[in-house]
Amino acid sequence: MTSEKPLLEIRGLVIEATSYPPGEAPKNVTLVHGVDVTLQKGRVLGLIGESGAGKSTIGLSSMAYGRGGVRLTGGEILLNGREIREARPATLRQIRGREVTYVSQSAAASFNPSKRLMDQVIETSLSHKIMSKPEAEARAVMLFRKLGLPSPETIGSRYPHQVSGGQLQRVMTAMALCPKPDLVIFDEPTTALDVTTQIDVLAAIKEAIQDTGVAALYITHDLAVVAQVADEIMVLRHGKKVELGTTDQIINRPAEDYTKALVSVRGIEHDEKPEAPPLLRIDCVSARYAGTTFDVLKNISIGLPAGQTLAVVGESGSGKSTLARAITGLLPPTKGRIHFDGRQLSADFAGRSRDDLRQIQMIYQMADTAMNPRQTVGTIIGRPLEFYFGLKGSARDKRVQELLDQIEMGRGFADRYPAELSGGQKQRVCIARALAAKPKLIICDEVTSALDPLVADGILKLLLELQAETQMAYLFITHDLATVRAIADKIAVMYKGEVRRYGQKSDVLAPPFDDYTDLLLSSVPEMRLGWLEEVIAHRKANGTTSGNTV
Amino acid sequence: MRIPPSALIGLILTGVFIFSAIFADLLMPYAYDLPVGTQWEGPSATHWLGTDTIGRDILSRLIKGGQITIFVALAASILSFAMGSFFGFLAAVSGGWTDQILSRVCDLMMAIPSLIVALVLLSVLPLNLTVLILVMGVLDSTRVFRLARAVAMDIAVMEYVEAAKLRGEKWGWVIFREILPNALSPLVAEFGLRFIFAVLFISTLSFLGLGVQPPLADWGGMVKENKDGLSWGISAALVPALAIALLAISVNLVADWVLSRTSSLKGGRG
Repeated sequence: MTSEKPLLEIRGLVIEATSYPPGEAPKNVTLVHGVDVTLQKGRVLGLIGESGAGKSTIGLSSMAYGRGGVRLTGGEILLNGREIREARPATLRQIRGREVTYVSQSAAASFNPSKRLMDQVIETSLSHKIMSKPEAEARAVMLFRKLGLPSPETIGSRYPHQVSGGQLQRVMTAMALCPKPDLVIFDEPTTALDVTTQIDVLAAIKEAIQDTGVAALYITHDLAVVAQVADEIMVLRHGKKVELGTTDQIINRPAEDYTKALVSVRGIEHDEKPEAPPLLRIDCVSARYAGTTFDVLKNISIGLPAGQTLAVVGESGSGKSTLARAITGLLPPTKGRIHFDGRQLSADFAGRSRDDLRQIQMIYQMADTAMNPRQTVGTIIGRPLEFYFGLKGSARDKRVQELLDQIEMGRGFADRYPAELSGGQKQRVCIARALAAKPKLIICDEVTSALDPLVADGILKLLLELQAETQMAYLFITHDLATVRAIADKIAVMYKGEVRRYGQKSDVLAPPFDDYTDLLLSSVPEMRLGWLEEVIAHRKANGTTSGNTV
Repeated sequence: MRIPPSALIGLILTGVFIFSAIFADLLMPYAYDLPVGTQWEGPSATHWLGTDTIGRDILSRLIKGGQITIFVALAASILSFAMGSFFGFLAAVSGGWTDQILSRVCDLMMAIPSLIVALVLLSVLPLNLTVLILVMGVLDSTRVFRLARAVAMDIAVMEYVEAAKLRGEKWGWVIFREILPNALSPLVAEFGLRFIFAVLFISTLSFLGLGVQPPLADWGGMVKENKDGLSWGISAALVPALAIALLAISVNLVADWVLSRTSSLKGGRG
């Protein structure tokens, strides 16, 4: 292998961009500081790191492309022994689509909605005159079959909106593999998918890579995912290489502290609290959106004791967030009752007393849109204090600082605007805003899913500490089962607007499972080699292909 | 704080305009309403910008006219923005019937050309500056209403507005503290434009005899008075026209600068 020339060799790559802060002079920022990448033919290299680590930027540089005004300013990019960093556009056009292809995160946004899938899949092969149209179509059908798409012969005649997200992602993989490239860049191909869909796509991609012998750069922030497909893994942070090694080395014997932290993430343990009378009781609640005749919530009955955490799990569209809207009164239920603290809550939030509103606080998934960008942190946290408790002036400022201390943010944050905070800090401020109201229940709607794993870990730890201090109850909405294991006392598994399984954590997570819970639980990527094969083999043996649920 | 050169030019010019508007009566070299020379004299040491169609000093009329033009346009624009954005935000936040009623009233007003409404109203009402400002302000507020409503609609669905509503905040806080600061950028940009439209609108009304009444001067009216001179090669009409153009540019340079500062999400501290 050493004698063979590598397919891709990147040496000392430097990537810069110009940032335009409003009202200031433009300035140069370096995104990638001298990274080396070597990839042999037919191998898969995983690039992993948190957001802003430069993994996508490096991935795209292997076709000498810089997204959004990014400039490849230094180093060498050798593809098949040829320097391409400063190649002319005409040369690059020859390379892109012929030697290197790309699979993006959001297939839905990457397909032309008005063209049939087949035309888009074979477009590159035809425009590069790699094969004739019948040949390309035959190859596309072969790839569809290999990727496990339903009715491979005819799916190509559908339009992008006629297939599901997971299928579209696989069609996109077929599109990338169709022109027989030497290298495919997979840029977070499963990140936008539900966990149950992700596993199928992942298995399909892995099989297709193995069968076609193509080399791949697999970019993701999820170490457990990349461990299933990559031969080697490069850990990146702040545009620099942290560690490079075989998948086995990185997962089992990480050398650097940062990698160790990534591997041991979600190491939080939480002992389940015993059953207790509920603080929040939801009785047979059904709800639908105005102007529709379809119930998005069907007869939901669950309860949450004071000081405990109820995790509501399910894939997108299962009605988890709608349940939160029904509890807060944003979407009054059509049927059923919600009891809180021994009394029945008005269905519409406008009919609730100020004290009722204070008792139930909400933390949102996107901290960016949950905070007014024109208010300082002090105002954001201080307003509930002023509004509910009439605190003013220095008393208010003092309490704001106490809350900031509680969420482990130091002095000097009260005068900052949300744009001056990092993602994790923003979410902490949202937590402080909820805390400020001294609620008995906080609804956490996917609060960690927009955050990098290490940051998310910090937020979960903080939430658990706060619960121990203040005896707040959490209704924790998430699609991430690892989070559920880490913090829940009770679990409700939702599927298509119904609660499929509900009870204490130890009961819900213990067999025997119903089909859906089994599918959900077994789909969560585990950070070890060979997990994907085991699950697929297990499913084949049981005859439960999840393909029909995709 | 660094001020970009374009904003500096805008600030200086706008400053000069405002200064001359405030101190118009002290700055005028001659009375603005009395003939002091012969018809259409060219620029000279005694009359820097020449004289107009009946021999009045153009510089004096320009200064006095600037005072009236800027005052009326500014007052009308402020009125239209105060009304338009308040009702626009209210419509967006309330939705339902409030929104329907406000929007349909606005549609009704916009369905009739504003010039015609203005002509009808001004021919019935007593002709003075207060009435002029009120009529212009109310008519222009329909445009601002639509902009403010559209902008606020986008903001009203943000989670921070939802959070404020769930906290139990009344509409006053939601409108003035949650929505207004975020809607300011497009409104400031629109203000620069609307202010100049107001200047042109006064000029149009004056041209039709229903705006600023003679012998008071306004820039649009001055263009009208002197327009016949253009065919004789006399540039008297171009001076107030140039003043309007200069005011338009300088106000918008300032508006652009304010815009770039208000669109910064870091409180303009960078």
